[in-house]
Formats: sequence, C-alpha cells, structure tokens
Amino acid sequence: MSTLAPWTPPAAPGPPMKSGRGKQSSPLSWRWGDRLALGFAWFAGIGLCVIAAAIVGYMGFRGIQYLRPDLLFERPALSTTQSGSGGFLDPLIGTALLTVIGVLLAVPLAIGGALWIAEYGRPTWLARVVESSIEMVAGTPDIVIALFGLSIFQLGIFAPFSFKASGGGVFGKSFIAAGAMMSLIALPPLFTATRDGLQAVPMHMREAAFALGKTRIATIRRVLLPSVRSNIATGVTLGISRIIGDTAIIVLLLGETLRLDPQGSVPGVGLLRGTGSTLTSYVYGNSPAGEGAAPQKAYAAAFVLLLFVLALNLIVDRIGRSSADATGMTVAGGIV
Amino acid sequence: MLERLRNPWPDHRAERTLGAVSCLVCALVVAMVVFVGIHAWPIFEHNGLSWLGSGGDLGRQLADMQNTTQHPPPSAYHLRAWPVVYGTLLTTGVAVVLALALSVFSSIFIVELAPARLRRIAIPVIRLLASVPSVIYGLIGILVLVPFVGNHVISGAEKESVQNVVLLTGAGLSVTVVILTVMITPIMVALICEALVSVPSSWREGAIALGVNPLRAMLAVTLRAARPAIVAALVLATARALGEAIMISMVSGSRAFSPKPVDGLVFFFEPLRTLASGIVDYHEGIGAPALGSALYAWALLLLFSAFVLSIAGYLIKLPLRKFQVRG
Repeated sequence: MSTLAPWTPPAAPGPPMKSGRGKQSSPLSWRWGDRLALGFAWFAGIGLCVIAAAIVGYMGFRGIQYLRPDLLFERPALSTTQSGSGGFLDPLIGTALLTVIGVLLAVPLAIGGALWIAEYGRPTWLARVVESSIEMVAGTPDIVIALFGLSIFQLGIFAPFSFKASGGGVFGKSFIAAGAMMSLIALPPLFTATRDGLQAVPMHMREAAFALGKTRIATIRRVLLPSVRSNIATGVTLGISRIIGDTAIIVLLLGETLRLDPQGSVPGVGLLRGTGSTLTSYVYGNSPAGEGAAPQKAYAAAFVLLLFVLALNLIVDRIGRSSADATGMTVAGGIV
Repeated sequence: MLERLRNPWPDHRAERTLGAVSCLVCALVVAMVVFVGIHAWPIFEHNGLSWLGSGGDLGRQLADMQNTTQHPPPSAYHLRAWPVVYGTLLTTGVAVVLALALSVFSSIFIVELAPARLRRIAIPVIRLLASVPSVIYGLIGILVLVPFVGNHVISGAEKESVQNVVLLTGAGLSVTVVILTVMITPIMVALICEALVSVPSSWREGAIALGVNPLRAMLAVTLRAARPAIVAALVLATARALGEAIMISMVSGSRAFSPKPVDGLVFFFEPLRTLASGIVDYHEGIGAPALGSALYAWALLLLFSAFVLSIAGYLIKLPLRKFQVRG
C-alpha cells in the first residue's frame, strides 16, 4: 500500500497549443548543399523568364526599328540593296495559304481519328496502333517529313499537284505539297486536344443521349462535338502556330521562290500548283544563312512572325482559361 | 425522307468511315518509312552499315556525289558520315544534359518557390519560349550570338592556333548548344511542372512534418515520385533536339568537321554539322541520285531514332498512369 508514489499535483497547464503556421524553416539554417540547390532553382527559373523577355524585347526593338507599314503591302523584288528589295506581301500570303491548306487537311484526319479512338476504338489493337502512329508522327522531325513529301510528290502520278521540270521529271514542290505535309505537322496537337476533350466528357451525357434514342453518330454530332468545341479550337490554334513556325518543310517543299509563282493558266489552281515563300523561309533566306543577306528585312519579318505567335499564344490562353487547372498548364502537353 | 436528311449516316457506316480515317494515319506512317527507306537503299546497298563509320573527308565525298550523272557508278555511293553522326550526338547530348538540370530546377522554382505573382507571369512566358519558331532562334543566333562570340570571346591566338585546319567565326558548338538548350528546356519544364503538381502534396507534407526542410522534401519525395515524367520529358526533348534542322544549319558553321575535345578551349568554338542540318545544307543537290540517297539515309537514321524514342516514351509512360498523369 505504501508503495504508491505520493500524489503530486499536476503541472501548471502550459500555454495553449499554437494553431496556424509553426516556425518556418529558414534557408539560413539549411545545409550548404540545399542552399546551393535553392539558389540554383531561383537562378534557373528567373533565368528562363529573362531569356524569354530578352528574346521578345530584342526582336521587338529590331522590329520597330526596321518595320515600316508599307513593307507589309509591297511585293518582294530581287535587288542587291536592302532598300530596293521590296516588302514581304507574298510571304504573308504564302503563310496564310499554307495555314489554310494545312488546317483544312488536318482537321478531318485528326478529329475523325480522335472520335474513332474515343467513341468506338474497336478492335483495341487497331486503336493502339493508330494512337502510337500519331505519336510517331509527333516525334518525327519536320525535316524528315519534308523529305517524305518530296519523295511522294515527285512521283509521276502526282504531277498535277506541282509541275514538270524542264528535264521531264516532276518538280514536286508546290503549295499543295507543302500544305499536305504541314497537315502532318498540325495533326498531333489537334488529335491530342480533341481526344482529351472527348475523354473528359462525362459518361452520363452519352447515356442520356442514348436513352433518348439517339444513335452513336447522332450523339457525336449533337452532343459530343459541341461540348468539345473549345478543345478543338485549342488544337487548331496550336496546329496553326506550328504551321506558321515551320521552316524545314518550306525550304524543301515550297521552292523558296521570292514571289508567288503560279503554274498554268487557271487562276486559283495555278497558285496552288506553284511555288512561293512564307515568312519563315523569307527570314531564313534574308539572314546570312540564305543568299539574301538583308538582315533588316529578316528582322522585320521575324518580328511580324513573332507577333503572330504571341497572338496565337494569347488565343490558346483565352480558350484554356475556362478549363485551366491549378498550374494553368492544361495545354502544356499540346506545346509538344 | 426527312429522317434520312436529318440523320444521313447510319451508325455502322459512320464507324467504318471514322475507322478508315484513323487507318489513313497509320498508312501515312508506313508510307513514310517505306518511301524514305526506298530512297535510302542505294547507300545501304553499297556501304552496308559502315557509312555510319569514319574515314576520308565527308565534304569531298558529298561533293563527288553531287557531281555524278543521273546513273552514277557504284563507286559514287561511297559514304562515311561519322562527322555528322558525331555532331548530332554531341549537340543533342550536351544540350539535353544542360536542359535537364535547368528544367528540373526551374520547375521546382515555378511549382514551389515562386511567389504567386511571378508564377502567373512565368507560365505563359515559358509557353511562349516553347512556341517561338526555330528560325527566329536561328536569326538571333546568327546575327547576335555568332558575331559576339566570334569577336569578343574567341581570342586571336585561339583562331591562329587552328587556322590551318578550320576557320573559327564564332558559329559552332557553343552557340548551337546554348540555343538548342533554350529551345528544349521549356518543353521539359511544361511536362515536369505538370507531373510535380500531380504528385499528392500529402507525401511531401509528411516529409516536412518529419523535419525535412521543404526543398529537400521536394527533391527527395516529389521529384522522385515524378521520375517517370522527367524521363518522358527527357525523351521528348531528345527527339526535338535530334530533329532540329534550320536553327542548327544557321548557327553551327555548317562544316562537316568533328570538334575535338583535345583542342582544349577551342573545342567549344569549332564548327560542326548534324544529320538534320546537313539535309538542309545539301537540299539543293537532292536531284543527284547519289547525294539524294545519302540525304535519305540520314533521314532514315533520324526516323529510326525518333521511333526508338517514341517507343521508349511509351514504355516510360506506363507507370505514369499511377499518378493520373496524362502526357
């Protein structure tokens, strides 16, 4: 009985437990390695932003310095001086024309493929093959796609799409050829955006449509396509920004002629069969790497190109904002 | 009649049409391999796989190829393309390693360290960097960086030390690698950020509760969980760097020269040529059968590496599903 310890009064209650933030761990108390890593993380993150700002700032400075409004409405001319070589109306038209052809060809392919994968997708092995082949198209360098286009459009049966060269062979370089290959460039982002949109549509929307007696294809047309409109718009915008930024295909497949060079007598078709240039090939041709060596013109055209890219980025941002997730990186996958 | 107009497609025909459209894409990929392969075949026929090796002066071999007639003798197909293969491996390898370090740490910065306001700026800015056309990078490189390196970084003594072998203008390995790194880093940042965000934050909070400092918790827990995504980003960036043609053709000096590490500092300024930029440089001569075949062989090599990378990317993405990361 006496082994019981004498009763001691409980210690005075301490201050109440603090709620909220505890003591912050200060980087000053960290190990050297961690501090170094912290510093490098700040350096890398801010460095990237600074590089981007420097590029846009420098191009903007040069662009405003050299861009005169009449450059946009003047046709380019062959000249040895920078003042005599005209503007870049033809490359602008070329860019617009190629964008239209590329998107027109890519949209049915990509959306059809995405619909089939997301809504039908049987047999499964075929669906997997289709999906991985689109991934392969996405991973193929544009220069390889350009060579592929050249080898196809130089076939005899594709002569109507370009024209016969003087030697009798098919030239294989035209707006149609370049536009067809551009559609391959625009295909993967468009496909991915549409497929992801379709997969995000809740199942009960489809079930409701089926319950109302709609067939699958009617559901697609009346319910699914309208609800993934913003995804398709994002995909198209990403596709356009890839098309207007591509140079390798233009250099190999559009012939890089200074002016639009229609072939044959039919007005519209002749233009499509002919060669030309775009903003990117104009920049390339006028840089010291090409034969033009007119850096002022190159800067001005590159500035216009950069403005287009900026505008397309803003559009993607606008469309994506409604469905942005925590990071706002929803369309990041589409970049690549 | 009205019903037919409103619903022109019966279901089974729609399925078949959409399936055919999808198969068209597969057919295009097959056609790409077949066509590039057919055109590349003469090089493989005459050289086997040894055209990947070194030997002789590549520039002279290509010039000889360009000067042959429409029906070249078998000797015209002689090709030893090691300098361009080496140039591709060198630029891609160095740029990818640099971009990996940069992108991992800047993703940590964006996801974890940056103040909210800076984060809001940083994300669109990085997305913009990813979508700047390569010709603009090339233009800045050739008009700004190359003259700067040529005039201020390379000393006269360095130029003289190799003047009998190669002319140092500033265009070369260092400028190429720097621009290539800037080009591929944003792609990796976008993918790594996405993965870092999708790792459950409770994992990291658990580590912090055990007394680990926040940065180390990020490195040890979140980054480790996102490892598959990082490798996937690496694969994608490698594919992009391998295929970059225009920018490299503008700033690399475009000489089939292998930069030699034994040259010391000069190594970083020596010109080079990669597979993709070589195709751009020689595209005018593609009409000559031998040269055309050589270019298609380079394209086939690029295509093959793209396929290997694509398969690797697929295999790596399998465990990613665990975190519901779509990539």
